[in-house]
Amino acid sequence: MMTLIAWINRAIWFGTVIMFGSTGEIITERSGNLNLGVPGIMFLGGFASFAGAYYYENSTPDPSSAVIILIALICGILASTFGGLIYSFLTITLRANQNVTGLALTIFGSGIANFFGVQVLNGGTSVKAAFTHTVFSKPVPFLSKLGVFGDIFFSYGFMVYLAIILAVLTHLVISRTRIGLNLRAVGENPATADSVGISVSKYKYLATCIGASVTGLGGVYYVLDYGYGTWSSSSSIEGLGWLAVALVIFARWKPRNIIWGAYVFGIFFWFYNYAPALLNLTWPNTIVILTQMIPYVITILVLIYVSAKQKKDSLGPAALGLSYYREER
Amino acid sequence: MESQNEKRVPAVSMRNITKTFGSVVANDHVGLDIYRGEILALLGENGSGKTTLMNMLSGLYYPDEGQIFIDGSEVSIPNPRVALGMGIGMVHQHFKLVDVLTATENIVLGLKDKGRLDLDAAAVKIRKICTDYGFDIDPHRKIYDMSVSEKQTVEIIKVLYRGADILILDEPTAVLTPQETTRLFDIIRNMKSDGKAIIIITHKLQEVMHVSDRVAVLRKGAYIGDLVTKNTSIQEMTDMMVGHKVNLNIDRPDPVSPSPRIVVKDLTVTDKDGLVKLDHVSFTANSGEILGIAGISGSGQKELLEAIAGLQTVDSGSIEYIEDNGSHDQLIGKDPLAISNLGVSLSFVPEDRLGMGLVGNMDITDNMMLRSFRNGKTVFTDRKAPRKLAGHVVKKLGVVTPDLSTPVRKLSGGNVQKILVGREIASTPTVLLSAYAVRGLDINSAYLIYDLMNQQKEAGVSIVYVGEDLDVLLALCDRIVVLCGGSCNGILDARTTTKEEVGLRMTTKKEPASVGGSDE
Amino acid sequence: MSNSTRTQVREPFMHITKRTDVKLWQSWGARIIAIILALVVNGFFIDSVTGLNPVDVYKIMWTGTFESTYNFMTTLRDVAMLLCISLALAPAFKMRFWNIGAEGQVLMGALLSAVVMIYLGGKIPSSSLFIIMFIVSCAAGALWAAIPAYFRAKWKTNETLFTLMMNYVAIDIVDVCTNTWRGSKSSMGQINAHTKAGWFPKVLGYRFTISILIVLALAIIIELYLNHSKHGYELSVLGESEDTARYAGINVQKVIVRTMLMSGAICGIAGFITVAGTDMTVSSATARGFGFTAIIVTWLAGLKTPYMFGMSFLLIFLEKGASQISSAYSSLNDYSTQVITGIILFFILGSEFFVKYKLVRRKKETAKKGGDSK
Repeated sequence: MMTLIAWINRAIWFGTVIMFGSTGEIITERSGNLNLGVPGIMFLGGFASFAGAYYYENSTPDPSSAVIILIALICGILASTFGGLIYSFLTITLRANQNVTGLALTIFGSGIANFFGVQVLNGGTSVKAAFTHTVFSKPVPFLSKLGVFGDIFFSYGFMVYLAIILAVLTHLVISRTRIGLNLRAVGENPATADSVGISVSKYKYLATCIGASVTGLGGVYYVLDYGYGTWSSSSSIEGLGWLAVALVIFARWKPRNIIWGAYVFGIFFWFYNYAPALLNLTWPNTIVILTQMIPYVITILVLIYVSAKQKKDSLGPAALGLSYYREER
Repeated sequence: MESQNEKRVPAVSMRNITKTFGSVVANDHVGLDIYRGEILALLGENGSGKTTLMNMLSGLYYPDEGQIFIDGSEVSIPNPRVALGMGIGMVHQHFKLVDVLTATENIVLGLKDKGRLDLDAAAVKIRKICTDYGFDIDPHRKIYDMSVSEKQTVEIIKVLYRGADILILDEPTAVLTPQETTRLFDIIRNMKSDGKAIIIITHKLQEVMHVSDRVAVLRKGAYIGDLVTKNTSIQEMTDMMVGHKVNLNIDRPDPVSPSPRIVVKDLTVTDKDGLVKLDHVSFTANSGEILGIAGISGSGQKELLEAIAGLQTVDSGSIEYIEDNGSHDQLIGKDPLAISNLGVSLSFVPEDRLGMGLVGNMDITDNMMLRSFRNGKTVFTDRKAPRKLAGHVVKKLGVVTPDLSTPVRKLSGGNVQKILVGREIASTPTVLLSAYAVRGLDINSAYLIYDLMNQQKEAGVSIVYVGEDLDVLLALCDRIVVLCGGSCNGILDARTTTKEEVGLRMTTKKEPASVGGSDE
Repeated sequence: MSNSTRTQVREPFMHITKRTDVKLWQSWGARIIAIILALVVNGFFIDSVTGLNPVDVYKIMWTGTFESTYNFMTTLRDVAMLLCISLALAPAFKMRFWNIGAEGQVLMGALLSAVVMIYLGGKIPSSSLFIIMFIVSCAAGALWAAIPAYFRAKWKTNETLFTLMMNYVAIDIVDVCTNTWRGSKSSMGQINAHTKAGWFPKVLGYRFTISILIVLALAIIIELYLNHSKHGYELSVLGESEDTARYAGINVQKVIVRTMLMSGAICGIAGFITVAGTDMTVSSATARGFGFTAIIVTWLAGLKTPYMFGMSFLLIFLEKGASQISSAYSSLNDYSTQVITGIILFFILGSEFFVKYKLVRRKKETAKKGGDSK
């Protein structure tokens, strides 16, 4: 039982990182921008929030929880929006190729984060912002004490719930509002959106930058809660970033699917660590690790399925990956 | 009417509008007035700049030069939003709809109404428009589930919903059945009595006569003049559209011992939307003759040629190639490579020159080898022969180009077509399919193409010539197959038939039916 | 006319038109300016963060790479690997197939090379061992690329996302295998450390000389393939327009799968030469992220072989230079290479715009005159 709860906890922590990543990437991709810079943006957001919180924590003997949350979130959002802005400027204004720009952003983002990270590490292999971690991992008061029920649903830091709220909010905005309708049109058929007076560039810029800031929160959560508030030079942010890209496909570009999809990915990813004991599996450990590829394999199967069935609603925005030039002839 | 117009302030007044794309002048100092309570037909041949001009009015393009006045005040229309704000709405020929959204979502798209997005309220309003005008549409259907005419309905409702009072319809009847056309014209007349200004872009003269109050004519990007419809005639409009009165003087040698070469039987093609593009079409193309294909645009010409060339999936029917020794080869189910492997030398000049017939970014030499690059036994391409051929074509057909290594997209339309036709003829075909071979060409280039066709004919080639200019079809071809809505509506002897007969068969099926444009 | 209408006359200050012809000096001028600008920006970055003189830093990068033969040779070795993957991608990109899966294809090739080394090393003559390693690596890479290609050809399955996902499946497979082989040890170590079976022999003092020669040969083959072979011609046509390809009698599906088999096979070779010439072992880090970097190289080089070499060299030079400066200055570290590389890439990506388009100022006079005359 304890193993199961631990597994679920771990899956939810893990899922939260990629839920932020995917929610942000869905916002971005819905505008027709395939941003492969997700890992880079998560690096930027994660490191900036860590650095801000770490310096604040060490600069005052009596750090305040509210201030530390504010500093961490603002630093993380600013840094990741900056990444989104670079991508937007290059792909929207200068019409550079989206795939290449995204990959360059990933190189740049992880470079910046690790470069300054080394300064913070100051020769060590990891530094911990201990107070920040307690703030970010503080469980829900009272409710988390409700035995197993509390352990499963309320033992998490506030960002776990923030991720769900953002995903739901994104779902509502995309499916129920004028802005969401316009955004979908921009990603599906920018020429049409343009013809009815929607500013394609504005929507692409805003979606990409807002998307990047949400993606960046994934990095914030990764460092400050999932990673126990430590910054280290060997982090798996990049792998999680790509998993977030996979989750977007798995969720078929629908934010409501992300909420459960992220946790399912988490369950599969941590299968190797908990399942053998729980299920009395006698497989060799090395084989069990194979289960880590399940999220990717399922994603591939989903991709094949929707394309074979030609499910127009599930193939992703039709203009994904293309830049828009009104007078193209 | 004319004097009345002079007193009123035009709803739209365009002055000295110029727009160029690269080296192509699409509009050359064009001026145009449109009044409220008037249906204006904007008439011109393909490529005369009608759509470009209207795209500038609707904010999709920005003019290089010139001014636009709305109700007498000068305006700048940098984007479609501004145009909509001024009451200018355009229904494009290629629908601007988002496939995965519903009709309602498409209709309200981009509107800046206050409050939350209430699709149900919008649907009610749409239903009201439908009942008012007699449209039949389900507001909750997704666009990808709709037929072409339903999509057009959505487009028109979109404009009406926005309360536009200056409406531009770009070739609205091209995709409609005659009944649908009649209904559309009724709606347009209703809008006119509401005091709206309506512009119909068209090249169908009968529709112009039928529905418009005034007609403005463009030719090769230039404004030619305007006429009050009731005071003019099809003849007069044609003259303005094509310039001087056309005395074509195209040679027409007699067919050389014609014998059946391509036999098409009951050919039926449906597109991926389930629309019937060709409906049991049967005819025979003979060697040594030019068989014309006439029809309003989109009547199945493209599908017919591509089916023969092996590029179109066919539902049923047969296309047989008959060799000189009398043996028959079935062409259906074979791709172009398989057809050429049969020993059938089939040349095809497609309508989409740079999107199908040639590769725009490749130079003349590389384009020469598009259909012959497999020649030779090695894995490497041989560029010597194509280069020689390129030089030959350039010289013989007078292609104007800096050199043989110029990408063909940089050449003018006429030169591009010469390269394409030159290549296709160079392979000594037995069948030559051509679609709109002279579209957009200057008069000398066009005559050069006619001469080439005739030379091929005299060499015994079976030529299928899809054309849009009836005068040319009547003067150049031996026989004419008239397509109407995907079915064969008669095969006429080009030497004895009249333009009226062909025109009538293009628009009217042999069975009596009430047709929008044909009742004068 | 009143001022109120004048305010409506709002014209875009500039608008963008496509350049119809681009001269060679223009396109290269734009790129060189971009690189110089990037170096300046990087200089400011270095200066503001570390207070070092950027010129000194660049100098150390330069001398570090070119002054010692060993450094220069390892630079060449890495250039060869990056170029090899870039060469693999060029045919795919030529037909507008976004193969983002080179990383995984390289890994699969490397893994299979290692498998052959482990299970056949010492049991068969080394010449046949190399041949088997080569063939099996090619096959593994080809298979890894052909799976997405098949579905793209059949159902137009999005190949960008498919190939991207395949990378991580490959990484997991490699992890599982290496975990199995290493047993309780912390790392696998070099395969066949004693017998050296499956290790390239030293030529001119280095094992990777053979790797470099293989890539050199591949570069020539790909250059010929793309520009002078019938297959290469088919790719060019297909990349421009699928309709034209069908018109020319090209079997689109066949060409997609065939090309990706080749693209994957060359990635497999990159894995092979890394295992046999550089690492003597395999891990999920064998591809070193070059599978992604090569995408950038190939694209920015416009699929032209000589430029791919140039871009590869530039990026490897930066990487090597960064490790030089990080040992020379304590305030800079290895990761500065990624920052510098990122900034340079951004600038080159941005410069492409000025090659393809030009900004045109609106002619204002005519509009003004009209407004006044009313």
